[in-house]
Amino acid sequence: MSKKMQIKLKVNGEDHEFAAEPRELLVHALRERLNLTGSHVGCETGHCGVCTVTLNGKSVKSCTMFVAQADGAELTTIEGMGTPDNLHVLQEAFREHHGLQCGYCTPGMIMRAAKLLEEIPNPTEEEVRFGMAGNLCRCTGYQNIVKSIMAAASELNSAKEAAQ
Amino acid sequence: MNDMTPDRNERKANLKGLGSSRKRVEDLRFTQGKGNYVDDIKLEGMLHGDFVRSPYAHARIKSINTDAAMALDGVLAVLTAKDLEPLGLHWMPTLAGDKQMVLADGKVLFQGQEVAYVVAKDRYIAADGAELVEVEYEELPVLVDPFEALKSDVVLREDLDPKADGAHGPRKHPNHIFTWEVGEKEATEEVLDASDVVAEEMVYYHRTHPCPLETCGCVASMDKVNGKLTLYGTFQAPHAIRTVVSLISGLEEHNIRVISPDIGGGFGNKVGAYPGYVCSVVASIVTGLPVKWVEDRMENLMTTAFARDYWMKGKISATKEGKITGLWCHTTADHGGFDACADPTKFPAGFMNICTGSYDIPTAYLAVDGVYTNKAPGGVAYRCSFRVTEAAYFIERMIEVLAIELNMDAAELRRINFIKQDQFPYTSALGWEYDSGDYHTAWDKALKAVGYDDLRKEQAQRVEDFKAGKTRKLLGIGLTHFTEIVGAGPVKNCDILGLGMFDSCEIRIHPTGSAIARLGTISQGQGHATTFAQILASEIGLPADSITIEEGDTDTAPYGLGTYGSRSTPVAGAATAMAGRKIRAKAQMIAAYMLEVHDDDVEFDVDRFVVKGAPERFKTMKEIAFAAYNQAVPGIEPGLEAVSYYDPPNMTYPFGAYICVMEIDVDTGEHEIRQFYALDDCGTRINPMIIEGQVHGGLTEALSIAMGQEIAYDNMGNVKTGTLMDFFLPTAWETPNYTTDHTTTPSPHHPIGAKGVGESPNVGGVPAFSNAVHDAFKAFGLRQVHMPHDHWRIWKTANDLGLHG
Repeated sequence: MSKKMQIKLKVNGEDHEFAAEPRELLVHALRERLNLTGSHVGCETGHCGVCTVTLNGKSVKSCTMFVAQADGAELTTIEGMGTPDNLHVLQEAFREHHGLQCGYCTPGMIMRAAKLLEEIPNPTEEEVRFGMAGNLCRCTGYQNIVKSIMAAASELNSAKEAAQ
Repeated sequence: MNDMTPDRNERKANLKGLGSSRKRVEDLRFTQGKGNYVDDIKLEGMLHGDFVRSPYAHARIKSINTDAAMALDGVLAVLTAKDLEPLGLHWMPTLAGDKQMVLADGKVLFQGQEVAYVVAKDRYIAADGAELVEVEYEELPVLVDPFEALKSDVVLREDLDPKADGAHGPRKHPNHIFTWEVGEKEATEEVLDASDVVAEEMVYYHRTHPCPLETCGCVASMDKVNGKLTLYGTFQAPHAIRTVVSLISGLEEHNIRVISPDIGGGFGNKVGAYPGYVCSVVASIVTGLPVKWVEDRMENLMTTAFARDYWMKGKISATKEGKITGLWCHTTADHGGFDACADPTKFPAGFMNICTGSYDIPTAYLAVDGVYTNKAPGGVAYRCSFRVTEAAYFIERMIEVLAIELNMDAAELRRINFIKQDQFPYTSALGWEYDSGDYHTAWDKALKAVGYDDLRKEQAQRVEDFKAGKTRKLLGIGLTHFTEIVGAGPVKNCDILGLGMFDSCEIRIHPTGSAIARLGTISQGQGHATTFAQILASEIGLPADSITIEEGDTDTAPYGLGTYGSRSTPVAGAATAMAGRKIRAKAQMIAAYMLEVHDDDVEFDVDRFVVKGAPERFKTMKEIAFAAYNQAVPGIEPGLEAVSYYDPPNMTYPFGAYICVMEIDVDTGEHEIRQFYALDDCGTRINPMIIEGQVHGGLTEALSIAMGQEIAYDNMGNVKTGTLMDFFLPTAWETPNYTTDHTTTPSPHHPIGAKGVGESPNVGGVPAFSNAVHDAFKAFGLRQVHMPHDHWRIWKTANDLGLHG
């Protein structure tokens, strides 16, 4: 055990400040201190992606990052992605296209997909498959996840066009 | 009837019953990160447990010193076998009639075995504490090969009397567990001797692991004030876990409440009872506080519930025209250090005797020998019914080898040996009664869909081009026609720990015409909350959207044996339909009373009872529901509830035809799946959207297993594939798109004709992928090469065949 550090995080628009050991993983801080249990833990080696969140505008795997490394950062987790009355387009699309089964990988999938669609607003199927390769799913075989993300992309693009 | 009354079809569609691709009700909470998995549970004062595990595969424990760990601030307890012994909990019974150490009692038998359990204020301190426990080991010789183990002088299980029978009869050697024989040995050998052609091969189905993304875990909470234990856990069979906990702990069953919350995938991994559960319960009783234990990925892969590891030696005989005359199989089953296979009691090798597959084989014999080795215990059905995927892989490889022997097209060989439609119900040589099937229709549809004849021409051309140096890629056409046996099962021959494998549903209709139904099963992603409501909607005429499905809480749900072996739809789904029919029978009496006619003068019509011959006179189920609570109907109790405990008369036998077209790069060993066509016949289809999703997922697990996934050991018993770096789970990038199709042959004995589908794609998928690899190299003399077909092994196959020049 080592000395605790004072950590500041802005998560889903809310400021948090707490003392934590530098070795504490970001995912544990989110889940256990802030009760944001939508980010899951699946492998502790950065392979499965069920812990994916957005940190300072980039997708990160919160199980392979110390909370100390995130000090001062701005984060979005699945809990910041839409409300029960106003779901995010991806949340709607995953339901519509059966893009989930047990739901364990889903928050990470949606967080990564949201970032992917910012990086590539109009992706090909190949780009979606490559861009999502850091997130594993054991239930769906990905076919409907890809379909969900493609559908969300096209919906976001139509909304954008309509707004212009 | 007025003009506003919707027509019959519209009323039917409003129910979202059988056949509707209803969107899943589970998804709203899952997509918002509001699932409630075990590790999300947080109780007041909750402690965390962590294991000290053995680095050795076989060693004697000379001493355990817990002083340094106990001295660490935040550590509350360190449990060892010595602490559990006075409670009789240092060993526990396994599902297979053996016993297993909860914490190492004098020795360890596999790498990663639980040695001590540290309880601390948080998970970090628990891990620190585990580091501080000092264990002195004396290494012993390691046995990782089951064939060696049966010859060795090294005795693994010193706790067992080598001369005494095991749970399944006589043992031949101290490291031998059981012999299980089915069929006619002598008759089969005579047939083999007398046949024109005999093909012989050793087919190995390697050790692998279900590896759900959520690992196993639990939270045990003993309330010492009222004497009640609540155990939350990743349990695929919560009711059976409650009974087991009661039997081994001595707590009365009514004082134990087991809750399976949302489960992040199971695939068989979460069927068994693990040391982590026992230690957490003890720790909670000792400390009076809730204790959480969640394994990490390495612990998951190394210690909880492997699958397969079957060495299947086979002989198949035929006439020179290709009519199969006999099948012989001897399997050596590597069960690891303890026999903790999850099979029905009377079936120590599960339903491996479905290995005659889809074929009319008159004579057959199967023997299975279970063997102890220095590997982790388990032997669960990884997305299959008990050992059915081993059986399907075996027969589908033997058919391919026989086709080579006969110099015959493997599709045609299958066709001439299929059980014919008019032979159902069909009794197989190894004792099963197949309920229904139409294999020829499915097969012809599949071959036509992929353009089979053209594919064979293209393949022949490719071989020519390869030989002429024009290409370095080969083309493989992987064929499979599988028959599963699922829905365990009839209480007369299926039980686990003496508990009959029925299942249950309890329905309560509310006054305003909505309902709650509770079942003995538990969803792990299959969408039970969606599909069971659909079964009920069609049975009781209330919309699926007005029906809540609840599972997994043993205090509220009726007793059932849980979800695995594709048994939820065949067994609990049948119970749901039967309970629904009881509701309907009572509703009929209420409707007749309201309509002032005799019970027999009303009939059910989608969502109402109508007077026969006078459809304008009716009472909707919604009206009847209210009447059940509001009117005094003579001779009928108020309320509208029903329960059904369904003991299935037979298993169900889903089947399918799968074809995989694969390109193989001879120089890199890489493969590309050009096309995968999957036709499934799961009987009556409840929700086509969910069926398709199950097929996609099962095929991808099959892809993993066939093309790279394994639990590999070195000769010291070290696990070489203990993280997701080494244990292959394909990403979206490596996974192909699948084409799904279906035929529908209802089960004649299931109330709605459904057969179950979740596991078919894994059972059929593995041989389809593997046969594609074999088929690509067939022209160059390949008969059999063991899975997994990763890039290195495919490259090596090409190299061994001399294809690298």
